Amino acid sequence: MTAVGISTGRYIGQRVQRKEDPRLLTGRGQFVDDISLPGMLHVAFARSPIARGNILSIKTDVAREVEGVHAIYTQQDLARFKVDMLNFYLLPPEMPITPLADGRVSYVGEPVALVIADSRHIAEDAASLVEVEYFEEDPVVTIADARRGPLVHPESGSNIVSQMGEEEISEELDALLKGAAHLITHRVVHQRISQSPMETRGIVATRDGTEELTLYITCQSPHMVARWTSLALGLPQTAIRVIAKDVGGAFGLKNHPWKEEVSVIIAALSFGRPLKWIEDRYENLIAANQAREQEMVLQVAFDADGRLLASHGDYSCNNGAHPQVADCNIAVHMFLWAAYKMPAYGFLTRGWYTNTVGLAAYRGPWAMESLIRETALDTAARKIGIDPVEIRRRNLVTLKDQPTASCMGIPIEDITPAECLEKLVAYFDIPGFRKEQEAARKEGRYLGLGIAAYIEPTGSAGSIATMTGELAQVRIEPTGMVTATMSTHSQGHGTATTMAQIIADRLGVAYEDVTVFEGDSSRGGFSPGAAGSRQGVIAGGAAIKASDLLADKVKQLAAHLLEVGREAIHIEDGMVHVIGAPEKSRTLRAIAEIAYGEPTRLPPGFESGLEAQYRYQPPPMTLTSAANACVVEVSGETGFVKILRWIS
Amino acid sequence: MSKHEIKMTINGRSHTGTVEARVSLADFLRDDAGYTGVHLGCEHGVCGACTVIVDGKAVRACLMLAVQAEGSEVKTAEGLAAPDGVLHPVQQAMLDEHALQCGFCTPGVVMTLAALTGGRQKPTEDDLLAAMSGHICRCTGYQGIRRAAKRLAGTELGEKS
Repeated sequence: MTAVGISTGRYIGQRVQRKEDPRLLTGRGQFVDDISLPGMLHVAFARSPIARGNILSIKTDVAREVEGVHAIYTQQDLARFKVDMLNFYLLPPEMPITPLADGRVSYVGEPVALVIADSRHIAEDAASLVEVEYFEEDPVVTIADARRGPLVHPESGSNIVSQMGEEEISEELDALLKGAAHLITHRVVHQRISQSPMETRGIVATRDGTEELTLYITCQSPHMVARWTSLALGLPQTAIRVIAKDVGGAFGLKNHPWKEEVSVIIAALSFGRPLKWIEDRYENLIAANQAREQEMVLQVAFDADGRLLASHGDYSCNNGAHPQVADCNIAVHMFLWAAYKMPAYGFLTRGWYTNTVGLAAYRGPWAMESLIRETALDTAARKIGIDPVEIRRRNLVTLKDQPTASCMGIPIEDITPAECLEKLVAYFDIPGFRKEQEAARKEGRYLGLGIAAYIEPTGSAGSIATMTGELAQVRIEPTGMVTATMSTHSQGHGTATTMAQIIADRLGVAYEDVTVFEGDSSRGGFSPGAAGSRQGVIAGGAAIKASDLLADKVKQLAAHLLEVGREAIHIEDGMVHVIGAPEKSRTLRAIAEIAYGEPTRLPPGFESGLEAQYRYQPPPMTLTSAANACVVEVSGETGFVKILRWIS
Repeated sequence: MSKHEIKMTINGRSHTGTVEARVSLADFLRDDAGYTGVHLGCEHGVCGACTVIVDGKAVRACLMLAVQAEGSEVKTAEGLAAPDGVLHPVQQAMLDEHALQCGFCTPGVVMTLAALTGGRQKPTEDDLLAAMSGHICRCTGYQGIRRAAKRLAGTELGEKS
């Protein structure tokens, strides 16, 4: 035996049974609506049916008379709670936001009154009887409306919520663009997207005495919700515990509480009984935040050989009335040409207020960059008369070009978009496809090939207050079983499975013997959870380091007990072995029982127990690259696009 | 609101309750009987997450009133595995094929597949895939669900619901 130390690769990269699946397959998951507390009452909202206007009056007397209604709150009733509706970065919003509408409504579905009743049915009955009189105004709906329409927030100076870049293209860049052999101007309009998680938003809030608040909430990180709630509601001395065991998808919508969840929390604090609000699908599609409504005009200049010379991007994003994060999406420009050799780039990027639901995160918020760049390259290839693969080949950053920096200053090192493309085209028979395409065209069928190469950011940590490292706490229990408490959180990611694979490999125990706990802010430490493809990269690193520390501890103790050198100890399959002395093998349980229960047998200075923790701080950003090819068929009759092949 | 006494068998156990006529079978199963594995994704009969088996047939529990299930045999995802914990073949196929991620749509998918493979008819792969058109998986885990359906095609699993 030559391997000394920890067995590796037994589970990482292998197909294993997911830790989460047995409970989810048997209906035993725990989603927020599955929580019921003694004395719990139910909430429904009366919402604005108009997009823009002043509230003239709110009458709740008829609604209050419905049997089973306990209370109806308006913003005025809850105004004593000073709430600062912080964004994801924990900064206050550009324009003040109140939990319930405060004299004015700015989007359809904005919550105006909150009804507390014995059941959701009764709460909805009463909410429909809340009478609100509005003075309605013409709404600002689209980005075009925002450019020329009235102010969404009368007290703001402009409908621009966030802006970066130059208002005018510089003379130098303009000369490069206009003087080029080929200049294309390419426009992409991207429709709005509703995150639409299968499990809609929801919360159960309970004030436990004057100093404790427990929230069950469907979210992307219980730690983030606890931190946000403490700061936004000004409750530094309240013990806030946030629990979210299973979450039915989030996709950026559930980063932190918003108007409805906050209204329920302060209503629960005020009313003194546990309150539950579960958003229904109608509410989710009308009133939950959304994403992606954006448009971009990209100019790209090429020399006669199809090599990139210069580019300019003008981007706009609809932020709605109350964005969860006011955003002009600078990331689009950061990554637009990161994989390509682009000598000169300029941009103007803006986020706009409108009378629509607010902008919330959505997976890969910068993804416009791939869409517009790769379709622009195809357009350019056709114009210049070169092959779409060739135009990319001539412009992608190769390993030979590295280390280098992108036109926006991103360090590019050890990253392989060009090599990915070469691997892709080696795998995919493009000439063969062109023949197939030609033959299909003769039959009246439209086949097409799309190619995209790109660099994407993952594992962002350290440049934004809330984007932190991840914590792993791993212990070998006195039973010999392994328990880990992680700062990770799954909305379907299966993080408990991934972390168990890593820990089992690094410690030298069976995957089945590892239990991972997450989803409770009272366990582990802070992390924003799922946000920007970060948990595998960062928490994986933490699990590796914590497991290594723990394995070292086992080896130190075992070497002492078995009177051999530490380098002779080897852990495998939950057994502690001594190389060359099989008779000295012990179970991890036997070692653990001594570690916890027999302090006199421990080496001098050895901390009793078998526990370790590590918070992994990765580089500020970990880049990844890929190339994709997609073959589609477009129906000439209906325009329906069917994906025939996708190679990544 | 009128109240109605109802009695039904849920997962092999008799259950009685008093409900308003407007209460859906889904709300009754969840709130009254405690079978929270019945998931409500849309309450419009679109997403399929609340699917249960009523008298042998897959039913959207959000589109059926509790009073309509009076005297029926109802099965939910909680009642599918054997009492000793051995998974139902549909559950096992989904587990093996990684046919779930967040697991919210999963109980409904499981019940539809169990209903179709439970009778004497041996469903074809196409039958099972067509039935999956009644289920939305927002994690876009359809490939795993397709693999599970493919594996279950043509098999009679002996689910006697």
